[in-house]
Amino acid sequence: MSSFFSYLIAGISLGGIYALIALGYTMVYGIAKMLNFAHGDVIMIGGYVAFTAISTMQQPVWIAVPCAIIACILLGVVIEKVAYKPLRSATPLAVLITAIGVSYLLQNVALLIFGSQARNFTSVVPDDFSVSLGSINISGETVVTILASVAIMVALTLFVNHTKSGKAMQAVSEDRGAAQLMGINVNRTISLTFAIGSALAGVASVLLCSTYPQISPYTGAMPGIKAFTAAVFGGIGSIPGAMIGGVVLGVIENLSKAYISSELSDAIVFAVLIIVLLVKPTGLLGKKINEKV
Amino acid sequence: MKKFTLSKPAKDRYITYGMLAVIALVVQLYITYGDASRSFKGLLVPTCVYILAAIALNLVVGISGELSLGQAGFMCIGAYVGSTFSVMTEELIASSALRFPLALLLGGMVAAVFGFLIGIPVLRLRGDYLAIVTLAFGEIIKSVFNNIYLSTDKNGLFFSIGVESKANHEFDAATQVDYIKGAMGISGTPRDSTFLICMVVIFIAMFVMLNFIDSKQGRAVMASRDNRIAAEAMGVNVTRAKMTAFVMSAFFAGVAGVLYSHNLNTLQASTFNYNLSIQILVFVVLGGMTKMRSVMIATIILYVLPEALRGFNLSNYRMLIYAIALIAMMLINNSAAIKRVREFLRAKFARNKNVGGEV
Repeated sequence: MSSFFSYLIAGISLGGIYALIALGYTMVYGIAKMLNFAHGDVIMIGGYVAFTAISTMQQPVWIAVPCAIIACILLGVVIEKVAYKPLRSATPLAVLITAIGVSYLLQNVALLIFGSQARNFTSVVPDDFSVSLGSINISGETVVTILASVAIMVALTLFVNHTKSGKAMQAVSEDRGAAQLMGINVNRTISLTFAIGSALAGVASVLLCSTYPQISPYTGAMPGIKAFTAAVFGGIGSIPGAMIGGVVLGVIENLSKAYISSELSDAIVFAVLIIVLLVKPTGLLGKKINEKV
Repeated sequence: MKKFTLSKPAKDRYITYGMLAVIALVVQLYITYGDASRSFKGLLVPTCVYILAAIALNLVVGISGELSLGQAGFMCIGAYVGSTFSVMTEELIASSALRFPLALLLGGMVAAVFGFLIGIPVLRLRGDYLAIVTLAFGEIIKSVFNNIYLSTDKNGLFFSIGVESKANHEFDAATQVDYIKGAMGISGTPRDSTFLICMVVIFIAMFVMLNFIDSKQGRAVMASRDNRIAAEAMGVNVTRAKMTAFVMSAFFAGVAGVLYSHNLNTLQASTFNYNLSIQILVFVVLGGMTKMRSVMIATIILYVLPEALRGFNLSNYRMLIYAIALIAMMLINNSAAIKRVREFLRAKFARNKNVGGEV
């Protein structure tokens, strides 16, 4: 039984990381109505920035982590301005292909700079953070990940519901045209959304690379896709949906890794996505919107 | 005397067929009578495989306007099914002229069935779901096929996903034959893929797809791409139209996989990764996403050119250049600012022409 609980807690921690990434997807999707394929690769770049700061430049953690977050924010905003903004009125297919191009570009830039070999990432969490509950040992990374994701989710919920910028984000995602008429600066709101999403990606990158202490140019791709799955699971565009979806997916993945098959756990996670789309295409908390002509 | 005329789409189609015939003839003559290098011969079948996969993907991306990232997954299914069939029946059906078409058909059909199953949940939805589900599908296929074991002995067939149950199974060692060996894949596939067979298959695929595009169903697909609501209002069954295109694309991707696997000694599922799907997508996008012929030409140029330039140490930058080309293409074709510049230039040149005409 205790092994079940330790798998469960590790799953919740992984789910917290997925939730942070999924929030980035879901917020951008809600506002810009686009699937930001490059989000996973922003995480990878954040991880490499933290890696360079810690291992190559021997900087302490309290410098490395903010560096990674700031790099992610800058990258996210620049990508939005250069690649996505000119395509606001283009077809969804064109935007999606551009996003895939950006994702591919980031992977290949990282490949040229850092090489294809996976590097060992030094965890940012000190060893003495680990906790023992009876017979269950919880690693420091797990503790920090769970605490950090909970804190960020609470802060984000407060921000979106109780500040002017947060309400502007809601308004733009509801109806961009009407929001503009109400005097909301749509471009700035979209940039802000990308910045927040990328900041969460920055946090997620450090937590992810500390939990699985390796980094390669493909580190971001898989968690990115899974986090998107989580966002769809919870209902794309819904912030609480992304949080629930992320945690549920993380638990499913870890339990199937432990009890079914470690090689097939990815396949199981994606099978969940397909089943969800079959049964409830709008996800757990998604709203069905009728299209107007 | 009545002049023999062709309608524009028909003319267009005959140009494509003619082009295929000329390519097939010239290259075949060159490899038979000319001194074609080994590396040139080695490029032929893969190029054909990519052409087939790309024109099949164009049916989904270009004609039906949905993004599929699972082309590699369908190729993987086709490759595994075709290879397994060929290896198992190599003694039963000795003539490769009979066995190989059966393998092609079987690989394509199984891929098409999977395409249908994937299409059911996804094509009812709109937006980016197809992209993400096909991507997920590709990953599932890759990881499942990486763990498949298939063997026979005198007690019959043994099949498992995951190595544990194979390790626990008691085989009759004398008659045990392993066909699919997990991550080691399939080895010993007869090398039936020749350039000419590939060209014939491409020709058939082109014929089927071009006729489909010009048919009632094909027009329905394009109508739902251009305006889903208007098409629905006109009585087009959008889901069915898109499904037809998607299943057909999956079929030909499966066939491409069979061609691919019959050109290799060892087939491994890890070949059919996300990068392969993206690479095929790049061919389609840079081919303009509308005409099958342009996609074919783009594939030839984009696949053969970097291979030919391998000696110049460009291969490291190949993927980078693909990525930049993809973004640049989308921005140039769709960005509002660049559209304005183009219209401005067009207006300017048109006026100059008029002025010239008046003088």
